[in-house]
Amino acid sequence: MTPPIVGSTEQAVLRNFSIIAHIDHGKSTLADRMLQLTGVVEARAMRAQYLDRMDIERERGITIKSQAVRLPWVGRDGRDYVLNMIDTPGHVDFTYEVSRSLAACEGAVLLVDAAQGIEAQTLANLYLALANDMAIIPVLNKIDLPSAQPDKYAAELAHIIGCDPSDVLRVSAKTGEGVPDLLHAIVDLIPAPAGKPETEVRALIFDSVYDIYRGVVTYVRVVDGAIHARDRILMMSTGETHELLEVGVISPEPMPAAGLVAGEVGYLITGVKDVRQSKVGDTVTTVNKAATTALGGYQEPKPMVFSGLYPMDGSDYPDLRDALDRLKLNDAALVYEPESSVALGFGFRCGFLGLLHLEIVRERLSREFNLDLISTAPNVIYRVILDDEKEMIVTNPSEYPNGKVREVFEPMVKATVISPSEFIGSIMELCQSRRGSLLGMDYLSEERVEMRYELPLGEIAFDFFDALKSRTKGYASLDYEFTEEKSADLIKVDILLHGDPVDAFSAILHKDKAYNYGVAMAGKLKELIPRQQFEVPIQAAIGSRIIARESIRAIRKDVLAKCYGGDISRKRKLLEKQKEGKKRMKVVGRVEIPQEAFIAALSTNNGTEGKGTKG
Amino acid sequence: MVFTQRVPKELAGEVAPLNGALSESALASLPVADFGLYLHVPFCNVRCGYCDFNTYTSTELRGFRREDWANSIGLELDLAKRVIGDLPDIQTIFIGGGTPTLLPPGDFEKVFDNIESAFTSDIEITIEANPDTVTKESLSGYYKAGINRISFGMQSAVPSVLKVLDRTHDPKAVSQAVELAAEVGFKNISLDLIYGTPTETDNDWTESLLQALSLPINHFSAYSLIVEPGTKLHQQVKSGQVAPPDDDISANRYLIAESQALAHGFNWYEVSNWGKGGARCRHNEIYWQSGNWWGAGPGAHSHVGGIRWWNKKHPAVWAQDLASGDSPAAGREVLTPDQLMFEAVMLSLRTIGGLAVSRLENPNPLLGLAKDGLIDPKKLDQGHVVLTLEGRLLADLVLRTLMK
Ligand SMILES: Nc1nc2c(ncn2[C@@H]2O[C@H](COP(=O)(O)OP(=O)(O)OP(=O)(O)O)[C@@H](O)[C@H]2O)c(=O)[nH]1
Ligand SMILES: C[S@@+](CC[C@H](N)C(=O)[O-])C[C@H]1O[C@@H](n2cnc3c(N)ncnc32)[C@H](O)[C@@H]1O
Ligand code: SF4
Ligand SMILES: [Mg+2]
Repeated sequence: MTPPIVGSTEQAVLRNFSIIAHIDHGKSTLADRMLQLTGVVEARAMRAQYLDRMDIERERGITIKSQAVRLPWVGRDGRDYVLNMIDTPGHVDFTYEVSRSLAACEGAVLLVDAAQGIEAQTLANLYLALANDMAIIPVLNKIDLPSAQPDKYAAELAHIIGCDPSDVLRVSAKTGEGVPDLLHAIVDLIPAPAGKPETEVRALIFDSVYDIYRGVVTYVRVVDGAIHARDRILMMSTGETHELLEVGVISPEPMPAAGLVAGEVGYLITGVKDVRQSKVGDTVTTVNKAATTALGGYQEPKPMVFSGLYPMDGSDYPDLRDALDRLKLNDAALVYEPESSVALGFGFRCGFLGLLHLEIVRERLSREFNLDLISTAPNVIYRVILDDEKEMIVTNPSEYPNGKVREVFEPMVKATVISPSEFIGSIMELCQSRRGSLLGMDYLSEERVEMRYELPLGEIAFDFFDALKSRTKGYASLDYEFTEEKSADLIKVDILLHGDPVDAFSAILHKDKAYNYGVAMAGKLKELIPRQQFEVPIQAAIGSRIIARESIRAIRKDVLAKCYGGDISRKRKLLEKQKEGKKRMKVVGRVEIPQEAFIAALSTNNGTEGKGTKG
Repeated sequence: MVFTQRVPKELAGEVAPLNGALSESALASLPVADFGLYLHVPFCNVRCGYCDFNTYTSTELRGFRREDWANSIGLELDLAKRVIGDLPDIQTIFIGGGTPTLLPPGDFEKVFDNIESAFTSDIEITIEANPDTVTKESLSGYYKAGINRISFGMQSAVPSVLKVLDRTHDPKAVSQAVELAAEVGFKNISLDLIYGTPTETDNDWTESLLQALSLPINHFSAYSLIVEPGTKLHQQVKSGQVAPPDDDISANRYLIAESQALAHGFNWYEVSNWGKGGARCRHNEIYWQSGNWWGAGPGAHSHVGGIRWWNKKHPAVWAQDLASGDSPAAGREVLTPDQLMFEAVMLSLRTIGGLAVSRLENPNPLLGLAKDGLIDPKKLDQGHVVLTLEGRLLADLVLRTLMK
């Protein structure tokens, strides 16, 4: 028997599945073993987390983008099957990637670290899969670890899925143990696609990526009909048509093919240069045999965290704009629009899915585009109703109206915390201090508990996870999803230097927290801003009411070191360096503020340094 | 106890040629500019906690002997003659350290013998001296060798302050040494003082000034204590054992120095230097006027016609190069016209002569500086940029404002 050929694979031998799990439970490592066992990557060419191709993914050891790969597999019945495996990200910021991947599949492998048990994103991903009506294969991973407790967690997992603990498979993605059985189980348990191969083509775009050499690469799941390499395709939402240049599958490198049929997952290349012409969630059909009804799409990812990005050097502004345009091609969730700041000059207000997303974008801008940036303290989005009933959406605190505000709404989330039960008390305390209200609590087992809270996003998006980790010795996990907005007692705190407000330091806060913020920020700035020729008062204000003040005394001396023959070169070099540094100072009124002061003052206490933000 | 010897950081520059050669254009400046000699004596009995000068205690000399100094200096002066031809008229010599007074007068006589023909008739020859290393005999010997100016490192008159500074001398040694120097014939005597030392009070500082100014001196230098990286003091400040010097306190101490100087008939002529009856250190003035000098000795810096170079720091390495007939230079810098300009402004701004307005590319900031009280408006009317008392404290700020 010859293995199925791309473009004419029978649906009966196709199995499309995603690997879903909490962050770091081993999805990408399991994908590695599958690549090897199915023979698409030779042992020699293997490297850990093979599908994490971006530098930033490899350095951080996390998956950011889903990857779909076609794998051949001979089933227990001796038949040649084709598995389309999608490795997904685990971090809460990228949940939307998971939901897109699931829409291309009939089943999911729900992976759980056998040393950790169920965690917050395990549940989140499980619910996503259930909502999509998918077959779920529960699997415990890392059984090679001495600390693994497979029996205990098999029971936990069986309990939440409603299956028998003996149905839970056990694997080690590291050693490969149990993985062949898992591949067989995928064949046995995940339903084959059931599209109509003979009708008009309908293919769902679940990802769309810009590649500098190939233009836009569109990833599709063909639901009905067949696409052929020379078809002219039609985007159903826009009515635009494109000539196909290439059709193929990833295995795990791109492999051109004659076409794709119902049930198959693959890619299309049309030569378009803009991913907006190939929108995720859109349905692709062909011009000469066009479908009439589109498939259900996706909800667009909604940016929830905003921050201003400014070039250190103002003349880099056009480069920053180009760089954002380029990143946007691969990152539908990134939004931005130009803004200007008195303190920072011209830049962009950017919207992100969360803090990790923000960090990754910022890092890619500096790494891939060589841009030196200042990012303002992140904030969430507010809806403000003014006294005259007019409505305003505020994504930048400095735009928040002074006075005249009737009501403000802030985004809320439903958060799930999973933790050993001994920490219930301190978690409750933390959530209360963040204005949370308890929605419910369930015991997953005697010593592990799931707590559900409603919390303002603004209270948890930044340093909440770090606080949670430190109160639970690192054992708690967190997931959240957005619910509706709620009205709250919010005000804006401004920071004035020498009487001039510095827009970049304004913040929107709950009124009970304004005072602390004002005092802390004024104190911080006093340390960060070098003394100037004149005294510089620092004030924190709500409207015209000053709530905190500090003062930077005028500088009185800068020069009393000796300056003889051997000191001259050194002194000149020092001054030349200062001169360079001064070019990079931002001047507000007459006050010179070094970039470092902005960076240090605007960084949340510990929020944005990478380590702590895994959800 | 473990002593890690501090390896002073080398300046980054280009490689200096092995034969020490200078460009034609640099050499052309020799007949027209003032010329001085600097001789570096890199020895001390102990290293003071605040000091990062290029100096070595006997255990750190790696086989180099103090007795070899004069001989190696002679070799470097021979090199100087090879590089620049006949020495130009030597207007000043400064023997600095380290502690030059650890060497006997005969060593300097030996050095002078070979170059005396180039001395001008009114040559100024200064030696730096540690108060507790001199005797009447040695002082008299230095004087007879032709040294006519002496500068003692007094630092402070207050024992507790000297202790924080890690100084070994007894405060009384200073007055004795100065009196003796005067007795053997020195008419130009200077003292070095340090202010702003942690634990020093305003009264301590006033006391040090009063004691210094009661002595038969015609010059003093006062420096605010700088915590130099790599020194013991730096360690102590980092570990919190010693409080860092405070800028505002130092600024006040400077004002105290100025008022005591005036009260005793001394006038400033450079940010850290005061003299009586027009007395100045002419050698240092060569530095501040971007003049030419050859610095001989380990780690010494030189400048001729827009080229600056500096010698290798360790005496053994320096001497080895010279013995092989090579230049001991570690690196050098050929200054661009912009850099020369910048240095000229940087240096002259620190002096009472100031800077001619005409030398500035952009004189616009001057009015603001005058308004802020940092430069003298009357002098400005006459076309000169001269710092006020407040401006002296902020000379770098003035420089930055002018050179934007
Ligand atoms: N001992 C052991 N370690 C494993 C196993 N599977 C994965 N790991 C390790 O667990 C860590 C996380 O593995 P990944 O495969 O990157 O996890 P992931 O689920 O893809 O993580 P995200 O993509 O960030 O959500 C890595 O250090 C792996 O080496 C296993 O079976 N046994
Ligand atoms: C080459 S040193 C001293 C010569 C001599 N060895 C002595 O100590 O008396 C010249 C002067 O620089 C000053 N000095 C040295 N290190 C200093 C520092 N870290 N801060 C301020 N002044 C310093 C001292 O006043 C010292 O007398
Ligand atoms: S201050 Fe003078 S005596 Fe002390 S170590 Fe430095 S050079 Fe030597
Ligand atoms: Mg991964």
